[in-house]
Amino acid sequence: MNSKLRILYNGIVADNPTFVLLLGMCPTLGTTSSALTGMSMGLATMGVLICSNVVISMIKNLVPSKVRIPAFIVVIATFVTLLQMLMEAYVPALYAALGIFIPLIVVNCILLGRAEAFASRHSVGDSLFDGIGIGLGFTIALTILGAVREFLGTGCIFGASIYPEQYGALMFILAPGAFIALGLLVAAFNAIRTRTAK
Amino acid sequence: MSGAKSTLGTMILSLGAITIIAGALLAGVAEATSEPIAEANKQKQVDAIKAVATAQFDNDPAASAETITDLCDDKGHNVIVFPLYSGEELTGAAVESYTPNAFSGFFTIMVGFDVDGNITGYEVVKHEETAGLGAKMQDWFRDPAGHRNVIGMNPGVNNMTVSKDGGEVDAITAATISSRAFLDAIDRAYKGYNQYKASKNNEL
Repeated sequence: MNSKLRILYNGIVADNPTFVLLLGMCPTLGTTSSALTGMSMGLATMGVLICSNVVISMIKNLVPSKVRIPAFIVVIATFVTLLQMLMEAYVPALYAALGIFIPLIVVNCILLGRAEAFASRHSVGDSLFDGIGIGLGFTIALTILGAVREFLGTGCIFGASIYPEQYGALMFILAPGAFIALGLLVAAFNAIRTRTAK
Repeated sequence: MSGAKSTLGTMILSLGAITIIAGALLAGVAEATSEPIAEANKQKQVDAIKAVATAQFDNDPAASAETITDLCDDKGHNVIVFPLYSGEELTGAAVESYTPNAFSGFFTIMVGFDVDGNITGYEVVKHEETAGLGAKMQDWFRDPAGHRNVIGMNPGVNNMTVSKDGGEVDAITAATISSRAFLDAIDRAYKGYNQYKASKNNEL
């Protein structure tokens, strides 16, 4: 397999940030009460992750290793704030939907994790693909988790009704259901992953 | 791990350079986007006024807006009355209102009233309520099923509390806090509208 494709595959499957690395659990549990909000959070994170990965990879040789973490955090926080301002100014409709998730990205450990574990050790091109791969992996995981919770809780997927709402188990919209659904999905994902890897 | 040598000089220099670049970038973008952001917010307000106002009007409600100061809080949440006039005659108003009792703190709504205080429409302007629960308020309180619909009700005539509290409005299933907060915001809007009407009557 081509090395760039391998990085993408690692981000989505082998090192899936939610199901395998178990990083960024707080936004994962908090924003997946519906498929749409989960996907929105994933895409917003992917945008920042790609930018921060590329820039951190570019400056990796200029930053002394003892102060690399504060430097990375400044880069990440800058991109998050830039994204927030640009979205609010030029795509207000998208900002209305995503606005409340953007500040959460700063504290998402996936970004700092990838900066430290990948971008600060690899080339700019590889870091770009790692950002895309991990971002897609996160987006897919959050969309699946959101869809499962929305389906079990309200009978809808992406707002489209599948069965009448009153039969839904409300628990899955609330926090306990988030933990249960996530636990079962992690088990299922890893069962499939290890079986197909053999 | 590669990277420059960590001496005091290189550390100060690199962190200083990064923060200066980041600061300059942020300041520049903040400057450049402040106008479009203000415009987008104003457009949102105008759209919300249009959506809730059913009465005839020929004035510019945003230009004659009045903030009801004693209903505002010190955190920047305001009750603003956008009066609707047809000629010299008051035909109704769109009122921006808020509630401090939301499940996640605050939310802001725009409520339309006719001249008698009957609700003509509402829009949720800004909220952070749970998706799938409190977030349903945008559709719930105009749904004709049961006693959900608040449009056509009058807070001065109807008992606008949730049925659990003895009122006439069905709360959103499993989101009673959001529902109570929504009705609280409507009540605040109605009070603001009445104060506006009283002040206009005193002037006459």
